Order: sequence, then C-alpha cells, then structure tokens
Amino acid sequence: MTSFKELNYSTDLIMENTNLKTTGNVFVDNPRMSARNVDVYYGDKHAIKDVTIDISEQEVIAFIGPSGCGKSTFLRTLNRMNDTIDICRVTGQITLDGEDIYSPNVDVVPLRARVGMVFQKPNPFPKSIYDNIAYGPRIHGLTRNKAELDEIVESALERAGLWTEVKDRLDQPGTGLSGGQQQRLCIARAIAVSPEVILMDEPCSALDPIATAKIEELIEELKTQYTIVIVTHSMQQAARVSDRTAYFHLGDLIEVGKTEQIFTNPAHKLTQDYITGRFG
Amino acid sequence: MTDIVTKGLSPQEASARVQASLKQRRQKERRFRRLGLAAVLLALTFLAVLFTGILSKGLPGMFQYYVKLDVELDRARLDPLGDLSDASLYSGDAEAMILESALLTVDGEGGRKVKKTLRKMVSSGSAIRLIDFVKSHPELLGTRQQIKFAVDDDIDSFLRGFIQRDTPAKDRRIDDLTIEIVDKWESKGLISYELSDYLFFGSASRDAEMAGIKGALIGSLLTLAICISIAFPLGVAAAVYLEELAPKNRWTELIEININNLAAVPSVVFGIMGLAIFIVTFGMPRSVPLVGGVVLALMTLPTIIISSRAAIRAVPPSIRDAALGIGASKMQVIFHHVIPLAMPGMLTGTIIGMAQALGETAPLLMIGMVAFIVDIPGGFTDPATVLPVQIFMWADFAERMFIQKTSAAILVLLAFLVTMNAAAIALRKKLERRW
Amino acid sequence: MAFSYLLFIVLGIGLLFYVAASRRVSRARMYGSRFHSLPGYYGLWAGILAAVPSTLLLVVWSLIDIQLFQHWVRDFYPAEILLAGGSQEIVALAKVENLVSGIRFGEPEPWLVQASEAWLGWAETSTLAKTVVVLGVSFCLGFLGFRKIDPEFRARNAVERIFSWALISASTIAILTTIGIVLSVLFETIRFFQLVPPTEFIFGTEWNPQFEGAERAGSGGGDAKYGMLPMFAGTFLISAIAIIVAVPVGLASAIYLAEYATRKVRSTIKPLLEILAGVPTVVYGFFAALTVAPAIKGIGESLGLSVASESALAAGLVMGVMIIPFVSSLSDDVINAVPQSLRDAALGLGSTKSETTRQVVLPAALPGIVAAIILAVSRAVGETMIVVMAAGLAANLSFNPLDAVTTVTSQIVTILVGDQEFESAKTLSAFALSTMLIILTLGLNFFALQIVKKYREQYD
Repeated sequence: MTSFKELNYSTDLIMENTNLKTTGNVFVDNPRMSARNVDVYYGDKHAIKDVTIDISEQEVIAFIGPSGCGKSTFLRTLNRMNDTIDICRVTGQITLDGEDIYSPNVDVVPLRARVGMVFQKPNPFPKSIYDNIAYGPRIHGLTRNKAELDEIVESALERAGLWTEVKDRLDQPGTGLSGGQQQRLCIARAIAVSPEVILMDEPCSALDPIATAKIEELIEELKTQYTIVIVTHSMQQAARVSDRTAYFHLGDLIEVGKTEQIFTNPAHKLTQDYITGRFG
Repeated sequence: MTDIVTKGLSPQEASARVQASLKQRRQKERRFRRLGLAAVLLALTFLAVLFTGILSKGLPGMFQYYVKLDVELDRARLDPLGDLSDASLYSGDAEAMILESALLTVDGEGGRKVKKTLRKMVSSGSAIRLIDFVKSHPELLGTRQQIKFAVDDDIDSFLRGFIQRDTPAKDRRIDDLTIEIVDKWESKGLISYELSDYLFFGSASRDAEMAGIKGALIGSLLTLAICISIAFPLGVAAAVYLEELAPKNRWTELIEININNLAAVPSVVFGIMGLAIFIVTFGMPRSVPLVGGVVLALMTLPTIIISSRAAIRAVPPSIRDAALGIGASKMQVIFHHVIPLAMPGMLTGTIIGMAQALGETAPLLMIGMVAFIVDIPGGFTDPATVLPVQIFMWADFAERMFIQKTSAAILVLLAFLVTMNAAAIALRKKLERRW
Repeated sequence: MAFSYLLFIVLGIGLLFYVAASRRVSRARMYGSRFHSLPGYYGLWAGILAAVPSTLLLVVWSLIDIQLFQHWVRDFYPAEILLAGGSQEIVALAKVENLVSGIRFGEPEPWLVQASEAWLGWAETSTLAKTVVVLGVSFCLGFLGFRKIDPEFRARNAVERIFSWALISASTIAILTTIGIVLSVLFETIRFFQLVPPTEFIFGTEWNPQFEGAERAGSGGGDAKYGMLPMFAGTFLISAIAIIVAVPVGLASAIYLAEYATRKVRSTIKPLLEILAGVPTVVYGFFAALTVAPAIKGIGESLGLSVASESALAAGLVMGVMIIPFVSSLSDDVINAVPQSLRDAALGLGSTKSETTRQVVLPAALPGIVAAIILAVSRAVGETMIVVMAAGLAANLSFNPLDAVTTVTSQIVTILVGDQEFESAKTLSAFALSTMLIILTLGLNFFALQIVKKYREQYD
C-alpha cells in the first residue's frame, strides 16, 4: 500500500506544461476494451476530449479526478448507456474484444449483456430478490428451465457475497435490504448475465464505511473473473482496489499508470496536484 | 470469505444464447412500439372524425337561404298611426304586403291554393323583419325596396338537397306546387345563400329558420360573470389560506379532503344541490343566471383552489424569507409578494376552470335553465338559458335545419372554448417566470 | 332592485369611511403624531366595519324575509287548500307571487287579492325597515371604527386578523358545500324511503315510476315500482364499454408518448389529446345521437342483428372517446414518476425498450395506473349529457350492448327536468338515485386513493 509520505518529487519527471497528451502507459497487450480518440459532446458542451486508453483483461482500473471531469461520462460510453440521452454525441472508436461497439450494425442489447453496469445509487427493481437476479437471464433467454435459473441466481448471489444473508428470503422485495446489501444485489444482478466487463460508477458513494469495505473485498474477488472499471472520487479507494489508475481532468485523460506509481510518483503536475489535495 | 463457486455460464456461452434470443426480442419490440403508435393514431382519428363531423354540419349551418322580394313600402299601410311607434307598426299590414310581393314573383297567378302555399314558404318571422327594416330605415318609406326574407326551413332543406324531388309527393314534406314556385324563384335569381343573421342575432324560436343563439350567448355571459366573480376570489382566498396560514391539524386535513372529494363529484350533483337549496329552500327564482352562476362557481371552486395552490407553491421560499427579513408581516408577504407572483398561474387555472364551466349542461338543467326563453335576458335575475343548454334543447328537434343550426351553435361554443384555452396558454407562456 | 341599490349605498359608505379615516391619519402624521400603522390600514379598519357587517345583514335579511312572507301568507289560504296540503299550497303560493308581481289572470278570487295586498304591505315594511337598519348599522359601525383612531391602536394587526378570518371562511366554503350536497340529497332521500321501502329500491329490478296524472286518472298500469337495479345495470354496461375503449387506447398512448416519442412529437400530440377532454359533453352527446347511434344501427342491421336506435354501444363508445385523455394523462404522470434509475438498471442489463417498459416500468407504475382506471370509471359513472342524449329511457335490466338502456344519471335528469312535485315518490326517487350516485363515485375515488397510498413505492 502506498503511503503519501513516500511521495517523491523529482523535478525532471514532473512536466510543468499542461500539454494535454496523456502521460503514462495508455496501451496494453491484448486489451479487453480499447478507446481511440473518443470525444463526447453534451449538446454544445465538449465533455470528453480526445481520450485514448486500453483496458486490460482481468484487471481493475480506476478512473479518478475532480467532480465534473467526465469520468462517469466516459464510463458510460463503454456500454453505450449514453444512448439514452438525446443530446449526447460520441465520436471515435471504442472496441470490445476488437469490435467497434459504436458501429451502426451493432445491437446494444447483447453489448450490455457483455458489459454490465453498477450504478452510484443502488437501484434494485421493486421485485423480489430472486426476480431481481433472474431478470437478466430471463430476458436474454439464458436458461432453459427453472432449475438452471435457480442455479444462476444462487451462483450470482454467492459470488456477490450475499447468498448466506438472503437465501431464506429470496421472495422478499429487493428494496427491503440495507443500502450495502442492495448494492451487492445490484452487483449480483449484473453478474447473473455472465458479462466480460463490469462498469462501476462510484458504487460506494451512497454507502457507509462498513458496507464500502465489504464491496471493496468483493471487487478483489471478482477481479479474477471479470474486467472491472471503477469510477471513484475517493483516492484511497482507488489506491486500495485498483491495479491501474487513470486520472481525468476537465474532460482530458491526463495520466494512466500502475496505481502504485500514480499515487507515489505521478508523472504529470496536474495528477500530482490532485492527489496532494491542491484541488478536487 | 469462502471460495467462490464458479457455477453459471461462461461469458462465451452466455453471449451465444443472447444472440439466439435477439431475433424474437426485436420482433416483440417492433410490435410493442407499433401498438403504442396505433393507439395514438386511433385517438387522433377519433378527434378528426368528431371535428370533421361537426364542421361539415356546422359550417353550412351558419348560412341560410333567403328569398329577395320587392316590397312597396307603403307608408299608410305599414304605419297607420303615422308615428312609427310599435303599436302602429304592429297593427299595420306587413304580413299582407309580404304575401302580395310574393304573389308578384309568380306573376300574380294562382288562386287561394297558391296564396296558401306562398304563405307557408316565407318564414313566419318575415313580418317582424319588415317592421324592423322600416324602423331602422324610416326614410325609405314610400319607396320600393328589395328585402331579403328567410325561407321556411322546409324550403331551406329542399334547397340543400335533403328533401328530394324524386320522392313521391305523399312522402315529401313539401308538395309539388311549392317546388314549382321554388324553381320559379330560382330561375328569377331571387334565392340567395348567405350568412345567417338569424343565428347570431335571433333568439330561440320553434321555427328553425328563425332560431338563433343570441339569447343563449348573453345568458352564458351573465352566468359566467357571476361564476367568476364568486369562484375566483373565494378560490384564491382558500388557496392562500391552505398554503400559507393553515396549521397542520385535523381541521385543515378535513378541508383538503373535502376539496378533493368535491373535485370528483359528478356535475349533476351540484345542480341537484342548487335545486334543493337555492331554489326550494331559499326560494330563489329558477332559470336565472344568478343561481346558475353560483352553482357553477361551487363546481369550479375545487379546480381553482387546486391550481392556485400549485401556483402559490411554485413561489420560492427565498422570496418569502427576504420579505420577512425586512420586517413585513405575514399578511404583507402574502399580499405584496406571494399573490402577485402566483397570479399568472392562478389566472391560468381560473380561465381553464371557466372554460369547463362554459360547457357545462347538466347542473344548469337541474336548476331549470331549460325553459323556452324568447326574450334576451336583461339582468342577472331575468330568466335565461345558456349556450350548451340551448344546444341540448335544439338537439331534440327533428327538423333538418335544426341539425345544421345546432352544429353551428356547437362551433360557436367550441370557438369560445378554444379562445379561452389559447388565452390561458398564452398567458402562462408570457408571464412564466424561470426561478 | 332595492337590494342592488342598498348594496351600492353600503359599499359607498364603506368607501367614504375608508377615505375619511385614512385622511385623518395622514393629516395627523403630517403634524408629527406617530402612528403604529400606515393610514391605509386605519382606513380599511373603518371601511370594513362600515361595509361588511351591514352587507351580511342585508343579504341575510333579503333571503329570510321572503321565507317569512311565504309562511305568513298561508293564513290567507282558504280552508280547502290548507287541507289538501302540499302541491295545492305550492300552486296557491305561485298565484300569490304572480299577483304580487303584477301579473293578473282574469278576475282573482277575494282571498287571493287580500293575500297579495298583505304581502305587498309586508314587503314595503320590510324594505323600509331593512333600509333604515342596514344603513344605520353601517353608519354606526363606521363611526365607531373612525373613533378608534389613535396612535396606539394597531390597525394593521386588526385588519390583518380580519383578513385571516376572511381567508379561513373562504376555505370552509368547501366544507359547507359538501354539507349542502349531503343535506340537500339526504332529507329528500329519507322522505323517499318513507314512501318506498329501501329494500325494494336497492334490490328491485323493475323501474316504473308513476305519473301523478295517471294515478289520479286511475289508469296507472299496475303499481309504481322503484327498483334501482336496471339503472345501475345500464350505468355499468355503458361504463364498461367506455372503459374497454378508453383504457387500452389511453394506456398504450401514454406508454408510447412517455417512452418512445421524441420530445417534439410528444409536445405536439399531448395537447391534441387534451382537446378531447375539453370538448363539452353536450357536443359528444349530440354527435353520439346524430352520427354514431344511426351508424351502429345501420352496421348492426346489415349484419342481421337487432339494434336499438339508442344503443348502449353508441353511448358507451362516445363516452370512451371522451375518457381517453383522462386515462392517458393520468397514466402518463404515473409512468413519468417511475425513477429513471430503474430504467437505467434494466437497460444496463441489456433489456430492449419494450422489455424495460413491460417488465420494470409498468409493474412499478401499476398501482397508479389502476387508480387512474378507477378514477376513469368514476368519471364514466357520473357522466350525464352523453347518456341523456344518446341512451334511452328504457329501464331495461340488460347487458346486451345493442339494447337501449338507461342510466342513473339519465333518470335523475329526466325526472327533475320535468314538473316537480316534492311530495310524490317519483320526484323524490331522483334524490334517492342521487344519493346512490354520490356514494358510488366517492367510493370509487376513495378506493383509488387507498390503492395509491398503500402501494406508494419507497423509491427514495
């Protein structure tokens, strides 16, 4: 774990200019997802400016940055959730396993089954716990009979660390759980459709510290099976949970690198300013 | 934590199954969307059918057929007493003179049968029309004038094509002789098709060609005047009280429940209450705009209260706080700040409420505004009727021409409603504030 | 006319005192006195005191004196009228009132002349007394208000308290109206149940009110029957048809407009649908009777079915069209109230729009939609003009939409629009029907409210 005492400022490594080309290791071998020159516009507002980044298989990558810097916006481009907003326009290329997800003949339905999302505020359906988890498999026709569905539900809840707590009350409403449990329910719900990537948009910001800790544990375990992209406003959380970290600043991707390096030895001045608390 | 059990599908397997499900799901999506669109289109079709139906009957209803007759305005015969007073004019020979002029159009031929037929062909209100003409143009007495008289409604129907020539005479409403005369008139160019001045300026009449909506319009106006002068102040006052002053106790809750209930009560019931309380118990006269206005006011009150409350709630608390901070009393805050700022919303709600009240029929039937009123009501306590009730009464009459006129009256009513609603929307747009 | 004149005078007096009082205070302030409130408040104080109590007195007096006259004039009725009671008295009263207003029909009977002369005397005295008292009260109170002017007197507070009370009374009008409705209907209903047993009314299946004349002429075909079930069956049938039309169209439209339509389309089409709600019901009734009913009859008969010329189907169809915007608008509100986060969750899992709507949004909105439907039913039940004009008066206990049926509202209107004799069971039956109608509509509304309350989702 990095300690802020070990921050090491070497003048020749800090770039004084605010040149907007991204610093650090943007590319990886065999990326799960990659973005090339992606711009996002909300009406006239240029929210994401020319972002290029790779996301590796089976890693946890954190997006950090001050509020309003576009990290959530960029996250949502990865599963085309921005499509639901009329005034939002995305240019550039984003690929999943090599295919451009924004190409005109791509169907968002299977895309979103492969790239799942967990939202900031837990949003379980006003249905039973079972039906919450079963919703995804049902609509996608993933199971042939009830037994298979039961299996998937149980396995998803297990992997989300919720099974023992809810196995006796699967028919009770999902909205009756505590905040932390609800979020784990939402994670289980996303897992139930067997995605390749899970996007998490500040999943702990509405939760208390204990629930947060549980979820961070869960992310550690899920890492072995899924690629996880997590947006967080807590640097400590990013430091705890992620392998790589990307720093966004006012719509630009400033720096990407191994988490340890970003927090001990940031290469870009803006990154350094952010993590030392000069702003944000 | 325990070991994670890796049950469930692999991503590749899951993806494959998802792909397989796509086709059917896309079909369902298309069908669902089309169903929704079909529903919207169906509703719009209903609207279109309704309006084309009314327009197609109503627009012709604004016109009537007239026959032009040359009348010798003989002073002695029309104004025997020589003073142009009503007594004189009404004791004159107007009717006979019209008949003579009509006779001239058939070249003076024909005996009693022709005279009898002619008398039925010109509207029975023609004499009055002639007298009115003389009254307004006394300088023309002694000259020969061509005056337009309305034709009887059966002739009007014939000219519009609703009574067919081919129908055997015994099944027709008009006989062959009548048709002969009509043909003659047409060939002489005496028949004209014009905007009906009877519709707008005449009052109720059992004769279709003379029937008009003037009395009903004035009645509606008077009734609405009473309605708004009661409902608006009371509604605003109640809304102000409920939003600004009322404590959160059982009494206030009771008032609010009552208001919501009253908004749901069928309009007939308000009429029944008006009948039982105002007319029977208090002995107020039936069929007068005063009682009608009060009944409509009580009916519209819940709507006005609810929309006024919404308008008051939209005024931000920061404005109230600012005023209180300067030392204004609660009442001053309300009257100097809240009410003026909420006024556009309150006015909009009131106009819309009035538009609803204008179209109401059932409660006014209950308090007796169904009487056959010929005179134009002069005041709030004169017997009157209102436009929707007039429409209701005319709808019962079988003559073809009444159908036209009823539709025309409906168009007038709708025109008023459209104007009022448009005014409300314009008002809202113009005075809308963006906090 | 005396009323209007007096009213104007009283208001004028109020204005006078307002001006006088405010002037006095303004002048005093100019000379240095410090008053608690602004001059206008003192003026209002005096003005209100002068105008308001006397206006109220005027109104009450004017309403009551006629009542008294109507009561006193009975002393002049000849014995046989008093013995015959009820309707005869009403006729006698009408005669007196006619004569009083100067309408003569031939040679009036002596008692009539005496009665009307007495009435005119009372009226004169009353008017005189009214004028004196009202104006006197007005001046006195105004003067008292004027005298109260004093730098220490908190006029603003006093006036504001008066305004508060005015506002409170305005709000209690709602309660008074409800009480008025209940009383006006209840008393007559009770009297009806004294003539006709409640069990016959509530459970009877035959409706055959007798006409006064028929009874007297002895030609009444059988007893009068007052069973309300045929009317309720008719209301039920026509409302059912209306709901069958309105709910699918309204709900589907609401879904389309809320979930699929672009903002521009939505803002164009929504107002158009609202127009359907703004058309007066008498217009719908006219259209139903003139166009729809004959069309249905024509189609039915070409198919070999027997269709009444005033079929329930015609009325129900048109009523359904009228209710469409009701259902659509309420459903739209409910659907839009479902939080976007739920839709996002479903879409994020890879649902199509229809799946999201059908499986997440609609179930979440269901209580609200059910409540909307119940409210629409309530509206249909209370609708009057369409059924009066397009449905018949035949009290059939039938569930065949091609038959002519009558409804509760239709009967109420028919009975009360004709001659009314408040002694006969026939007229009173209208009130009994009204009571049932009120119970039904308010019951439905209450039910709808309960559903919304019970299932109000804790989305936050």
